[in-house]
Amino acid sequence: MTDTLSTPTDTFGKWTIGEGIADTKAPGGPIDAKWTKRKFEAALVNPANRRKLSVIIVGTGLAGGAAAATLGEAGYHVKSFCFQDTPRRAHSIAAQGGINAAKNYKEDGDSVFRLFYDTVKGGDYRARETNVYRLAEVSANIIDQCVAQGVPFAREYGGLLDNRSFGGVQVSRTFYARGQTGQQLLIGAYQALERQVAAGTVEQFVRHEMLELIISGGRARGIIARDLVTGEIETHIADAVVLASGGYGNVFFLSTNAMGSNVTATWRAHRKGAYFGNPCYTQIHPTCIPVSGDHQSKLTLMSESLRNDGRIWVPKRREDCDKDPRQIAEEDRDYYLERIYPSFGNLVPRDIASRQAKNVCDEGRGVGPMVGDFRRGVYLDFADAIARMGKAAVEAKYGNLFDMYARITGENPYEVPMRIYPAVHYTMGGLWVDYDLQSSIPGLFVTGEANFSDHGANRLGASALMQGLADGYFVLPNTIRDYLAKGPFDKLDVDAADVAAARAEVQERTERLLSIQGERSVDSFHKELGNIMWEYCGMERTEEGLLKAIDLIRGLREEFWRNVRVLGSADTLNQSLEKAGRVADFLELGELMCIDALHRRESCGGHFRAESQTEDGEALRHDDQFAYVAAWEFTPEAADGIPGGGMGTPVLHKEDLTYEFIELKQRSYK
Amino acid sequence: MNLTLKIWRQNGPRDKGSLVTYQVEDISPDMSFLEMLDVLNERLNAKGEEPVAFDSDCREGICGMCGLMISGEAHGPEKTTTCQLHMRSFRDGETITIEPWRAEAFPIIRDLVVDRSAFDRIIQAGGFISANTGSAPDAHAAPVPKPNADRAFVAAECIGCGACVAACPNASGMLFMSAKVTHLGELPQGQPERMARVVSMVATHDAEGFGGCTNLGECSKACPKGIPQDVISTLNHDLRMALQSGH
Repeated sequence: MTDTLSTPTDTFGKWTIGEGIADTKAPGGPIDAKWTKRKFEAALVNPANRRKLSVIIVGTGLAGGAAAATLGEAGYHVKSFCFQDTPRRAHSIAAQGGINAAKNYKEDGDSVFRLFYDTVKGGDYRARETNVYRLAEVSANIIDQCVAQGVPFAREYGGLLDNRSFGGVQVSRTFYARGQTGQQLLIGAYQALERQVAAGTVEQFVRHEMLELIISGGRARGIIARDLVTGEIETHIADAVVLASGGYGNVFFLSTNAMGSNVTATWRAHRKGAYFGNPCYTQIHPTCIPVSGDHQSKLTLMSESLRNDGRIWVPKRREDCDKDPRQIAEEDRDYYLERIYPSFGNLVPRDIASRQAKNVCDEGRGVGPMVGDFRRGVYLDFADAIARMGKAAVEAKYGNLFDMYARITGENPYEVPMRIYPAVHYTMGGLWVDYDLQSSIPGLFVTGEANFSDHGANRLGASALMQGLADGYFVLPNTIRDYLAKGPFDKLDVDAADVAAARAEVQERTERLLSIQGERSVDSFHKELGNIMWEYCGMERTEEGLLKAIDLIRGLREEFWRNVRVLGSADTLNQSLEKAGRVADFLELGELMCIDALHRRESCGGHFRAESQTEDGEALRHDDQFAYVAAWEFTPEAADGIPGGGMGTPVLHKEDLTYEFIELKQRSYK
Repeated sequence: MNLTLKIWRQNGPRDKGSLVTYQVEDISPDMSFLEMLDVLNERLNAKGEEPVAFDSDCREGICGMCGLMISGEAHGPEKTTTCQLHMRSFRDGETITIEPWRAEAFPIIRDLVVDRSAFDRIIQAGGFISANTGSAPDAHAAPVPKPNADRAFVAAECIGCGACVAACPNASGMLFMSAKVTHLGELPQGQPERMARVVSMVATHDAEGFGGCTNLGECSKACPKGIPQDVISTLNHDLRMALQSGH
C-alpha cells in the first residue's frame, strides 16, 4: 500500500471545522419501512388550501420538470423557471443509456434491496443508506408513471418492455429508449408540465435565470431572476423554493454538459447559508471524443458499450505517436489496460480506465493532435472485432455511434481506429440535503443532480435518470407538503428590506460586470479556470497540486473582477453578461472543490488522491477517518470590487455515515 | 480556412435588421459551425464589437436549441443539427449567409435568436397524455405491439428545433405537430384523448400564425431527426375522424 498522506489535522489554514450534523431527519425503524413511515407522518395539506401555497422551482430537467408537474397536479401554485427557451431543452435530454428500476421483469434475482446494495457499493460507501434505499424503493413506480405518460421505451415482440444490463451489474434492470432515453423521459415530464401550464396551476418562466435567493425570517421565500430577453430584474416570492438546476461539471470548461449548464442557482444559495456537500466528487467518463484544438467548446460522450468489443491501445514508443496507426506493428502497440489488468482488460471500471488513459498521455504516448504540450487521446480499435464478427455485425451493434464519431471527427472508424479520451460528465456533489431533500436553509429544497445525496463518490450508469425522476415525481412532493402545511407564511412585500437587499445585490453585480471593461473575454477566464481544475482537481489529485490550484484560482478570480470585458448593456439579450455571471460563480466553486479534495486525504470513487492507493493502483479508502459527508458552510469575507463580498475560509460540518444494513468493503475488480 | 460570413444582425425585436459582412481567417475544418461562430465572437469582443447572439445548449444534436438558416438551408448542407455541422462541409474561401429561422410565428429576439414559444403552446393545447403522478397501473398492464411502439418512437424523436417551419415555404408547423399526434396516437394510453387532442392542437397551430400545409415535404427533408412526412397523413386522418365525429 502506498499511503504518503500528510498529518490529518493539518488544515493549511484553508478551512475550519464546525459542529457535526447529528440528525438527517430520517425516521427510525427497519430500512424498508422508513419511507412509508415518513409519508404517513408528513403533514397533509387540505386540497382547498393548496392553491394558496406557492412553490418556486428552478430548473426543468427530470427533477424540476417532474416536481413542477406533480405539485401542479396536486393543486399548489407553482412557478417554474429555466434559462433555456423552453423547458424541453434541459440537459437531462442528452442522457443516452437508460434508467434503472428494480422491476425484476427478467426474473433474474433483482430486488429493491439489490438495487440499493449495488448503488451504495458503486458509490464506494460514501452515500447515505436511508436515501439510497428509498431511491431503489420508488424506482419501479417511475417506469409505471413514464409508460402511462406515453414514453416509448424499447419493447420486445410480445409488446412488453425490454431490459438490458448496464454499468457492470449482474442483472438486467435498465429500461431504455434506443440511445435517447433521457430525451424520451424528459419529453414525458415536459408534456406533463405543459399540461399543468394549460390547466393554470403552473406559471412558466423561460429564458429566466435565478441570480439570488431571498431569505426572510430564516426561511427561503423566493428568488431574484433576470429576464434574459428584456434584462429586467424580477422578484418572485413564494412559500418554498426548490432548486433542480443540475450539476456543475462546466467548472472544467470542457465537459459533456450543455453550454449553459451552471452552478449559479446552487452557489447563490450556498452563499446565503445552504451547505455544499462533497463538492470534489466528480465523475470522469472514459469514452468521449477527444479535444481537437483550442477552439473546442464542449466534449461529446459515446456510450461505454464500445469497450465491449473495442481494444484500447497507444504506441509503445513516443516517436510512433504521429504515425498512421495502421502502420504501427502489433509488437509496437501497448494494450495497456489488458497488460495492467489481465482479468478485466478493457472492461475495468470507469474511474480506472480514465486514469490510465491520462497516465499514458502524460508519458507522452498519447495520439491525435497536440493540445498544449501533449497529445490527449488513446486508440479504441475495432479491427479485431471487424475481423472476428464481420463489418456488418459491428455496424448493426455500434452503427449510430460510429456515425456520430465520423460526423464530429471526419474520420471513418471502420478504417482507422477511433480516438477517445476521458471527459467530465457528472458531479456527485451538490447542495447538502436531509432525508426530506431540504437543505440547511428551511424552505429550500434541492433535487436531482443539484443535491449531493444518492451516489456517494461515484455514480453507476443509468442511475442519474432514476434519481432525477424519483426526487421529482415521488420524493419531493411527499416531503415538501410537511413543510408547506406550516404555511402560508406571512405575506412578504417586494419592498421589504430582505427582498430589496437581494435585488440590490443582483443589480450591483450586473452593473459591476458591465463596467469593468477590461482586456480579457469571459471565455478566456473560463478556459483558464478549466485548465487549472482539470490539471489539479481532475482524475488524479495531490496535496501539492491542490494547494497550487487554490492559489492559481484566487489569482484568477482577482483578475476576473479587475480585467474582464463584457460588452453590451443590461437591458437586452446579452449572452456575454449571462456567461460572466456564471463564470464568476465557477471561480468560487472551483476553490471550494479543491479545498474539499485537499481535506479528503483518501481515495474513494471518482476522487483519487495519488497519495492513497493500493499496490495495484486502486482507490484506497480510509473508512476510520472519512466515512462522512463533508458539508461546507460559506463564510463571506470583505473584498474590494466583488459585489456581495469575497470568499472567506469555509467551515466543514461532518455528517457521519453509518452503515446499518450494508457491510463496508474495499471495492475489488479482480 | 478563410471565409466570408454574411450574418443577420438585429438589435432587438422592433429594430430593422440587416446582413453584415465579416471576414474570418484561420478556421480549422475540425471546428463545428458554432465553434466557428465562437471564434468570430471572441475576435469581435477583442475589437470592442458586440458578439453575435445565437442559441445553442447541448451541442450534441439532441436538445433542439440551435438552429440557423445557412446559405438558405435550415441547419445547413448536411442532414443534422447546426451544432453537429462541421466546417469541413464548406470550401475554403466560401461565402456563407447566416440568418435566423424566418417565420411569422417565430419572432426575432436578437440577431439569430428567435422566440419559439408557439411550440410550447401547441403542446399545451393537447400534446400530452393526462396521467397524474401516482395513478399509473403497472407498466406491463398494457402491452404495445412492436410496430406501433416503433412508429411512436420514430415520431417521438422530434427535438422541437423548428427547422421544419423554417424550411417550409408556408412556414407551417405541420411536421412538428403531426409528430406529436402520431407519437401519442400510436399508443394505447393515447387513445382516450386522441380526437380532442388533434382538434385542439390544430386550432392553436393556426392561431399562432403558422401557415397551412401543402404537402411539399421540405419539412421532412430539413428535419435533422428524419421525422417522416407520413406523420402528416396520420394527423390529417385523425383530424377528419375527429371532425366527422363532432369534436
